[in-house]
Amino acid sequence: MDKFDKLDGVAAPMPMINCDTDRIIPARFLKTIKKTGLGKNLFNDVRYNEDGSEKPDFVLNKEPYRDAKFLVTGENFGCGSSREHAPWALLDFGIRCVIAPSFADIFFNNSSKNGVLLITLPQVEIDKLMDDAEKGANARIAVDLESQQITRPDGETISFEIDAFKKQCLLNGLDDIGLTEQKGEKITSYESARDLAEPWL
Amino acid sequence: MSGPKTLFDKIWEKHLVDVQDDGTCLLYIDRHIIHEITSAQAFDGLRESGRKPRRPQSTLMVADHNVPTSDRTLPIENEESRIQIELLEKNAKDFDLPFIDFREIRQGIVHVVGPEQGFTLPGCTLVCGDSHTSTHGALGALAFGIGTSEVEHVLATQTLIQKPLKNMRITVNGILPDGLTAKDMILAIIGKIGTAGGTGHVIEFAGPAIEALSIEGRMTVCNMTIEAGARAGLVAPDQKTFDYVMGRPMAPKGGQWEHAVELWKQLPSDEGAVYETEVTLDVTDIEPQVTWGTNPEMVLPISGSVPDPEKEQDQGRRDLYERALKYMGLEANTRLTDIHVDKVFIGSCTNSRIEDMRAAAQIAKGRKVADSVYAMVVPGSGLIKEQAEEEGLDKIFIEAGFDWREPGCSMCLGMNGDMLQPGERSASTSNRNFEGRQGPGGRTHLVSPAMAAAAAINGHLSDVREFI
Ligand code: SF4
Repeated sequence: MDKFDKLDGVAAPMPMINCDTDRIIPARFLKTIKKTGLGKNLFNDVRYNEDGSEKPDFVLNKEPYRDAKFLVTGENFGCGSSREHAPWALLDFGIRCVIAPSFADIFFNNSSKNGVLLITLPQVEIDKLMDDAEKGANARIAVDLESQQITRPDGETISFEIDAFKKQCLLNGLDDIGLTEQKGEKITSYESARDLAEPWL
Repeated sequence: MSGPKTLFDKIWEKHLVDVQDDGTCLLYIDRHIIHEITSAQAFDGLRESGRKPRRPQSTLMVADHNVPTSDRTLPIENEESRIQIELLEKNAKDFDLPFIDFREIRQGIVHVVGPEQGFTLPGCTLVCGDSHTSTHGALGALAFGIGTSEVEHVLATQTLIQKPLKNMRITVNGILPDGLTAKDMILAIIGKIGTAGGTGHVIEFAGPAIEALSIEGRMTVCNMTIEAGARAGLVAPDQKTFDYVMGRPMAPKGGQWEHAVELWKQLPSDEGAVYETEVTLDVTDIEPQVTWGTNPEMVLPISGSVPDPEKEQDQGRRDLYERALKYMGLEANTRLTDIHVDKVFIGSCTNSRIEDMRAAAQIAKGRKVADSVYAMVVPGSGLIKEQAEEEGLDKIFIEAGFDWREPGCSMCLGMNGDMLQPGERSASTSNRNFEGRQGPGGRTHLVSPAMAAAAAINGHLSDVREFI
């Protein structure tokens, strides 16, 4: 996965709660056997009309949000199905950071494993960033993962918390599997003990 | 950790391979189920890095989400679906992993097949690239959904990197009234705690009403714990659990069986174990439940009416309700029983087991599906289909005008061509009523199998108790 250290750009405001992964990428686009190419179907059913034309009201169909790198949204973002196609679609569209008051568990895990940074902030901070995002092109925001800070267009900074392990993985683009393989001996000894105790497993 | 432990604590601690200083855990995974939608990219990853599955015998592969529910002897029409399903088979062969072909009788929805084959066992850790993996918790297995990167991680290392979860207990008291099922129970629970109520938790379901449920019913409850925001659901294994597992093809046999049961008997939570969150509920007076909106917490008793957003104090909630009503094509204050349906879907990993088939057939027997309704029954596996046919349930359905299909996920997620058209409305026994879940613009009302059959017959949402 790509490293994540700093990002700045436009943030798309999406003030809705409980945005589920079916909305982020509807099931019928999961027939793909690749990770790429899903960006065009990101939020498909709220982004396009039935004839395939764009819905002009949808935020990502408006300038400058076509190039949004951030999404600012409401509670419980990413609930529903475990499909990793959701972060793949965000990434493929160009969104590398989502900021919300809370995220659903599986989506949270899936995102960091693909280099998408999820930032959880209290609602008051979200409200500020939502206002910034509404301002469009003149209101770029910036995030610095190392120092755990978001810089608003007016220069104000907001700090955020992140799990130390996730932070290291994101900063260094570390692959979890490689890290776990370093514990191979521990896994082997666990397995030997278990094979004796519960041979049916 | 010493002192009294919960069922979850016991399984978790037993599977810890390593704990880092920052609390990150490496958890051993006993069982891994793989289906076609969330695995192709994981196998690509293995190929790219030259890795191999660490423990092939701990894996089971079966296609379900995207399989046609029509005649299986015909080729799969949709090109993308065919490629995806063939690729699952190729990956199983290339990596030498246990695999059930989609034309075999053992094929079915992953969460039906696992327990049915005895692959799911009490006290084991089980994962699958699918959120409804929580279903398997009904047998006392710690089971949760994972993403594709994690599928690759489990294949390569037979472990997962996890943070500890919190314990929550939902104690369900009372006796479910006649005509009501586990589905009504879990919908009522979600109505009470909300779709984010269980976030960060594993929910243990306990109490007399849970103990009284069959294993099938417990699976329905655990299945929808994910709709309550939780990572997993659990029910302590008891004699019913052991009776269910015994003799299944992949379950322990002979002397090993006795030994396994002895270990499983130690799993239930200790007296005095502490839960971060406790919820209590009595089901004695609940009514059949039906969802009216676009997430599972928008649920009401069937005697109710569509809520009026104007009456909501909170602005956010008012907006949410307005949006949901607009999407659902409903007027505020409409009686739920006045809502007409176009399609009825009986199936999905929530409600496609034999008990669900029987409950729906009991209502369908000797009656006719309304002319305005298309109704389909999709059993959860080939074996359930076979058993239902032995019991003559297929005939009851067909005579009543239901379509009797081949097993798979089908209209639960509208991926294989079984779907709602824009604006169409369904009564569905599945678990998600999100916008577009059963097809773009489709409108879903979640109900129990008996309620779905009643809606098919009346052509509108109905109280199943009028039929019994
Ligand atoms: S039946 Fe529905 S919820 Fe269950 S695994 Fe299939 S798609 Fe997912």
